[in-house]
Amino acid sequence: MYDFTYQRVGSVDDAAAKVKGADDAMLMAGGMTLIPTLKQRLAQPSDIVDLSGISGLIGISIEGDNVVVGAMTTHAAVAASADVKSKIPALAELADGIGDPQVRNRGTIGGSIANNDPAADYPSACVGLGATIVTNQREIAADDFFTGLFETALDDGEVVTAVKFPAPSKAAYMKFPNPASRYAIVGVFVAQGSDGVRVAVTGAGQDGVFRVSEMESALTSDFSADAVANISIPDGDLNSDIHASSEYRAHLVTVMAKRAVNNASSGD
Amino acid sequence: MTHSVSMTVNGKSVSGEVESRTLLVQFLRENLRLTGTHVGCDTSQCGACVVHKDGQSIKSCTILAAQCDGADVTTIEGLADGDTLHPMQEAFRENHGLQCGFCTPGMVMSALDLVKNNPDPSEKEIREWLEGNICRCTGYHNIVKSIKAGADSMR
Repeated sequence: MYDFTYQRVGSVDDAAAKVKGADDAMLMAGGMTLIPTLKQRLAQPSDIVDLSGISGLIGISIEGDNVVVGAMTTHAAVAASADVKSKIPALAELADGIGDPQVRNRGTIGGSIANNDPAADYPSACVGLGATIVTNQREIAADDFFTGLFETALDDGEVVTAVKFPAPSKAAYMKFPNPASRYAIVGVFVAQGSDGVRVAVTGAGQDGVFRVSEMESALTSDFSADAVANISIPDGDLNSDIHASSEYRAHLVTVMAKRAVNNASSGD
Repeated sequence: MTHSVSMTVNGKSVSGEVESRTLLVQFLRENLRLTGTHVGCDTSQCGACVVHKDGQSIKSCTILAAQCDGADVTTIEGLADGDTLHPMQEAFRENHGLQCGFCTPGMVMSALDLVKNNPDPSEKEIREWLEGNICRCTGYHNIVKSIKAGADSMR
């Protein structure tokens, strides 16, 4: 690791001020991606601003029809939350399938979405459920938040504080995991909610998470696995690597979508 | 930049000077000379470095020592009572749960976090929980048996 200045902060305002005051600071949430990135010398920030001391960013609450997850809530906490399990079981299951137990004990939802790894699980839940990303400056619809490979709509000094998930009538997430890392080779989040059916795909797209409108309209008229069985997506813009070719990923999108529809479960 | 850090490790208060980039596992091994916690892959995959921080299992190669200021840390050295092994360690010994032993500290620390929340885990639950612990001797079979036996004797 290149050296940097570690700073722990007690408030979001303090974090934003520290970022603005430094040459090239990076925010650290759980550090599950950032620390390995630093070790490989793929980043050389002047400062690391650690958000873990901000207690207000941790926790899960129900606000009306929304499940609100604080940005520094760990994957393990989301997976174990009675509120999440009862309102959006698919979200608890998604969180329970990220990485491994030790990664889930440290990794956070805010860190995952702010990093926007194209193979991360959470972006598909945010887009699939039509979530709202809350920051210290504004609220951003998930559809507008994920803007490209490791890119988001966040400005410098803007800090994700929470994610608001509207509870769907039913939803499921199915992923075909990389056998080593458990990142998604392809993951498909399907949800039927008050604003219709959403199908969000992670792991496959070169620019990260994307929706499949043809599947969404097919499922709107007939919410069944058969409705998506013959819909295939073009492989031209999909990732291709040693784990899976773009053609294979395109195939997996349809298979995972079918499985997700079959597994879609409702909350209470 | 250097920081003074203080934490509780295996019940004892310790402190030291660390750089911002010092990892917890470096602090444990190099400052405190607690070399039971191993560095295997150094890429947060193998789990040889698993310790408990504030009651949860974590990979000590993927957290900064400075982040652990004020924390309560338990390593493999904190389990035995003098010459008497912890029941989970004893179960690994009894069941031939180790061959070369390199992954064992992490396996044991990970197992104890499982058993804390799930005192009677099934074989499937143990295998799923070991997602983040790799054994290069491919001794998983006996590791799973050991954890089951350890859980039984701890109940």
